[in-house]
Amino acid sequence: MRIARIQNQKNDSTDNIPDLELLMPVINKYKGRKGNLIPLLQGAQHIYGYIPREAFEKISEETGLQLSDMYGVATFYSQFRLKPVGKNIIKVCHGTACHVQNANSITDAIQDALNIKDTETTDDGLFTLESVACLGCCSLAPVMMIGDNTYGKLTGKEAVRIIKDIRIKESQPAEVTIEK
Amino acid sequence: MGKTQVIVGLGSCGIAAGAGKTYEKIKALKEAENLTFELKKTSCVGMCYREPLVEIIDETGTYLYGEIDEIRAVEIIDKHIGQQSPVKEYVVSSDLFSTPENEFLDDQVKIVLRNCGRIDPERIEEYEARQGYDALRKIATENISSTDVIQKILDSGIRGRGGGGFPTGMKWKFAANNVADEKYIICNADEGDPGAFMDRSVLEGDPHAVLEAMVIAGYAIGATHGYIYVRAEYPIAVKRLRIAIDQARKYGLLGKNIFGSGFDFNIDIRLGAGAFVCGEETALLTSIEGNRGEPKNKPPFPANKGLFAQPTIINNVETLANIPQIILKGPEWFSSMGTETSKGTKVFALGGKINNTGLVEIPMGTTLRKILFEIGGGIPNGKKFKAAQTGGPSGGCIPAQHLDTPIDYESLKAIGSMMGSGGLIVMDEDNCMVDVARFFLEFTVDESCGKCTPCRIGTRRLLEMLNKITEGKGTLEDLDKMEELCHYIQKNALCALGQTAPNPVLSTLKYFRDEYVAHVVDKRCPAGVCKKLVHYEIDPEKCKGCTMCARKCPAGAISGNVKEPHVIDQNKCIKCGTCMETCKFGAISKK
Repeated sequence: MRIARIQNQKNDSTDNIPDLELLMPVINKYKGRKGNLIPLLQGAQHIYGYIPREAFEKISEETGLQLSDMYGVATFYSQFRLKPVGKNIIKVCHGTACHVQNANSITDAIQDALNIKDTETTDDGLFTLESVACLGCCSLAPVMMIGDNTYGKLTGKEAVRIIKDIRIKESQPAEVTIEK
Repeated sequence: MGKTQVIVGLGSCGIAAGAGKTYEKIKALKEAENLTFELKKTSCVGMCYREPLVEIIDETGTYLYGEIDEIRAVEIIDKHIGQQSPVKEYVVSSDLFSTPENEFLDDQVKIVLRNCGRIDPERIEEYEARQGYDALRKIATENISSTDVIQKILDSGIRGRGGGGFPTGMKWKFAANNVADEKYIICNADEGDPGAFMDRSVLEGDPHAVLEAMVIAGYAIGATHGYIYVRAEYPIAVKRLRIAIDQARKYGLLGKNIFGSGFDFNIDIRLGAGAFVCGEETALLTSIEGNRGEPKNKPPFPANKGLFAQPTIINNVETLANIPQIILKGPEWFSSMGTETSKGTKVFALGGKINNTGLVEIPMGTTLRKILFEIGGGIPNGKKFKAAQTGGPSGGCIPAQHLDTPIDYESLKAIGSMMGSGGLIVMDEDNCMVDVARFFLEFTVDESCGKCTPCRIGTRRLLEMLNKITEGKGTLEDLDKMEELCHYIQKNALCALGQTAPNPVLSTLKYFRDEYVAHVVDKRCPAGVCKKLVHYEIDPEKCKGCTMCARKCPAGAISGNVKEPHVIDQNKCIKCGTCMETCKFGAISKK
């Protein structure tokens, strides 16, 4: 059931206060419009990668939406995260077609390789692992999505290789272009 | 005659199969060697099992190449373009000769998918070149009244393609008959059924068809505003919809005074937030209103009291994609296809244990046997067909004895399943039907909104019983209790999610009771899937004592001396199967 989603979360001891000015364009876009709650939350998550408590309070202050209503909505929909996540979110599809093609082995392999369980984030903050219901790429089962990229016809080994490649890319220094 | 065209399929599954890289490779080649062909993009043509797909159209004809990775891309450009010599062995479809894939293509009738794979979905001109917006233009220039538009939809016999199967024309009529100062058209693009991706392909491949249909619907019922509620898990579809809406606005096909008719219509996108239940219409409406996606009692029906309490029509993407063609070609054309009660075509997403995975659009009334064994190419690896699942978590499993059932709304219901949105998952002898039922219940329990007791608690209890059974702790009495609970939930849940949640259990109990009995009486999983009921054994006659399995075993459960038969300690074994995968002598088997 939906409420189960908010249990089992590690305590977040970050002291970073998010820059709330970043929220203002989203708030101004949807202020006063009917049915603005979900787009506001989606906008906030797009900016910070999750929805910090301070963001809830800022939105409430600016739009008059009640904190309790916002919390009720945020915890109902699986898209919303109330804790920070890793830089790359690995979504392993567990829809019917993928299940029938052994999606469990993909999640198992990734759990082993990254040493985290489903919904957890690696210590270096690079990866979060999630099992999702269906990504709509059923003909390429089993499938996983990392960011906006979809990978299909996977084996456990192939999935781990893709993730290791991403890790290597992330650890390379970013190219610096000097503009004249 | 025009330039040679090279068109790369860039739908989500094409990209997942590597089509993005193929496109970049061809682009680089074109620039490096200054080749004079037109490089274009298109979307999913439905032949997903042959992705990435590249079509070359030259003065001799059309050639659709399949499984074109970067290496093959270089080869076909070099040979077909450079040397005017098509590479026949890679061609999956051509207008010049037949291929084995003709079996997949020939019986399909593309109405909903007619533009997918044929146009660049990000260019409105290409949509317009294929009768795009002609239906809307026809209504405006011939002054067809809204009543007449509704009558055409009624006469066509089209029924909701999201799974409900309610006559679309009737829904529109109810909404039109209400007097209100604001009405809404909503496109339900929250395709949540695991295993279904028909709507995704239409949104990615032919977004303007949906927009045009929504404007027509708005005109028919007197609405000036529409929403497309699309799930956030479809980023490419969202992007293409946004582009399409911008283009339509620029061309005056959305906005004020469309085609000089005096009719205004605007469309906004609302992203879903990851709740399967929001595919249910009342939950979808309350979600747009900014609430938790909890369904409501019906009546009142949305056509009378819907979004923001105004008359609202909610139609599925596939239903809408039919509308422009029905207006252009007339309702008789549409109703000439299909069966007595189910007119037109249906798009199915074939997945699971079948050779030709992908999208197929076939006339209603086609038999399941034809879809699976002719169009679908049968079961891979010589395995035996066991069941076909339709309707997602709300549907049922269809066994071999019903393979000659014609696909239509009533026939599928009569055998304990339902049409659903179009997901069609095939299972073979290696799938456990009890595990399948348990899988669907796990999904339903997670997605239940929690509002009504029969679903919130009932489905949880069903899942607990199924878990018990798959772990070898079930009894025959549990089977009877489960069945009783299923009927209770069906009759008492608030919305269709809960009411149909027991369907996978009831249909597998009906057709595969022997598997349930094996699990509870013999404590055995005949398909070898349920981990707790399966054990791995080393055959001492075949074992060479090479020690590979013992070294790979993550639980240290295998012991034995070099060159002597090894033994698995069943108490330590975690049933991962690594030993069986490792053994080169076939000495380890699953029992």
